[in-house]
Amino acid sequence: MIEIRDLHKSFGGQEVLKGVNLVIPQGQITVILGRSGAGKSVLLKHMIGLFRPDRGEILVMGKDITRMGERELMELRKRFGMLFQEGALFDSLTVAENVAFPLREHTDLPEKEVQEVVIRRLEEVGLAEAADKMPSELSGGMKKRAALARALALDPDIVLFDEPTTGLDPVVAGTIEELIIETQRHLGKTFVVITHDLKTALRISQKMALLEGGRIAIEGRPEEVLHSGHPLLEAFLKRERYGAPREEVKG
Amino acid sequence: MLGAVASLGAWVIKQVKDLGGMALLCLRTLRWTFHLPFRPDLLLEQMERIGVRSTPVIFMTGAFTGMVFALETCYALRKFGAETMVGVTVALGMTRELGPVFTSIMITARAGSAMAAELGTMRITEQIDALAAMAVNPIKYLIVPRLLATTLMVPLLTIVSDFVGIVGGYFVGVILLRINPGAFVANIEKYTGLDDIYYGLIKAAVFGFLLALVCCYKGYNVRGGAEGVGRATTESVVMSAVVILMADYILTSLLF
Ligand SMILES: Nc1ncnc2c1ncn2[C@@H]1O[C@H](COP(=O)(O)OP(=O)(O)O)[C@@H](O)[C@H]1O
Ligand SMILES: [Mg+2]
Repeated sequence: MIEIRDLHKSFGGQEVLKGVNLVIPQGQITVILGRSGAGKSVLLKHMIGLFRPDRGEILVMGKDITRMGERELMELRKRFGMLFQEGALFDSLTVAENVAFPLREHTDLPEKEVQEVVIRRLEEVGLAEAADKMPSELSGGMKKRAALARALALDPDIVLFDEPTTGLDPVVAGTIEELIIETQRHLGKTFVVITHDLKTALRISQKMALLEGGRIAIEGRPEEVLHSGHPLLEAFLKRERYGAPREEVKG
Repeated sequence: MLGAVASLGAWVIKQVKDLGGMALLCLRTLRWTFHLPFRPDLLLEQMERIGVRSTPVIFMTGAFTGMVFALETCYALRKFGAETMVGVTVALGMTRELGPVFTSIMITARAGSAMAAELGTMRITEQIDALAAMAVNPIKYLIVPRLLATTLMVPLLTIVSDFVGIVGGYFVGVILLRINPGAFVANIEKYTGLDDIYYGLIKAAVFGFLLALVCCYKGYNVRGGAEGVGRATTESVVMSAVVILMADYILTSLLF
């Protein structure tokens, strides 16, 4: 479980988070929805200690990570997996080496077992045949699969996803959504997903929260949030129904 | 007028900020250098990339520096009938000044710029964040090996450059300009001490450390996408060159 209390963060005078309060339940998929630039990535990176807040606290399994020292934070991070927006695969390593990276850094597994885990993880995400490819040879969807395999390599308790379906065509986005749902069901771990895609949010979430104006505007079960009548959600829905509003051409 | 003052002020503020940032990075790097376990694998990889692969270009620049230096000194010394001093002038010039300075500037251009671009790309594609998220300290994993490797390899490459430069000087002086080979070599032996070589190598190590610090700092702190990476790469080369020449003056006046 992750509990975020009154989290504030500014960058040089620009207030991005203005008191976020949110409880992320264990063993479920929680989706934080918000428009681009709302501060979703900033919020997510706080949960793994990549940013330190100006104010507020984040309790992960009962411990406040905002006050942890480097060493303690490093230990805690081994229990997290994170999937970055563009995958953030190391481009000097092959896909298999990327997945093996956390295993080689943090376990004493013999090479043979490392290879076995890598193959198993890659099979789980349907990428076994791309093991020896370089990240630059992969499509956007494949990159995210590889990054998911790497994020899961150490059997984390909590997995964070930064826009897992953004930038993918609807078909590939659909398969990634399925993969997230299936993996979560299979592993039973805590998943936190941030996205600006309402479809993705509705499809995969068990709990949904709306980040708007630096705070959580509404949270609850997805259908509760959907029918809350919040103006931002109305805007999201309108776009879903009619597509993006088009600028009138004046002539 | 006011605009000029304002942009000068902005420039000064940026330089001071950079200096502070580099000092901080330097301290953090030193702290993580002695953090166990050591990573000889990462160090060797960087030594290979920075050092071994730079050898051909150092060979070329060293040789031509020595050769042109011999041409110029011969032209000057002939006026005093002191051509036999060409060798020692080249040897002292190479070991004390030209070897360390040209080697570090070439390493800046070849390896330093690549360092800034690579780290910058890793920053904007979140690979540095990914390292930290995987509980691997990015300073220890990325910066420490680059800084150590450059500090070690620039002196080694300077030795190559010194040697090749003196051989180049010999070629131009003795073979092309027909200076007496016995006197040419004897004067080198008489007036060039090990001190001169050590002194040059200390400089080289300092230059290597500084150029790596500048390039790592610029790359590590990239903002603003691909354009930011390009800007950081250019800035890292310019700033390294300036810092090397400034440090050269300070070290020369301190060591002598
Ligand atoms: N490291 C940083 N330094 C300064 N500003 C930042 C930094 N990271 C994010 N921001 C700013 O915070 C705001 C929210 O960014 P982000 O969390 O990436 O939005 P999104 O919801 O699209 O993920 C943006 O205005 C961005 O410019
Ligand atoms: Mg984002």
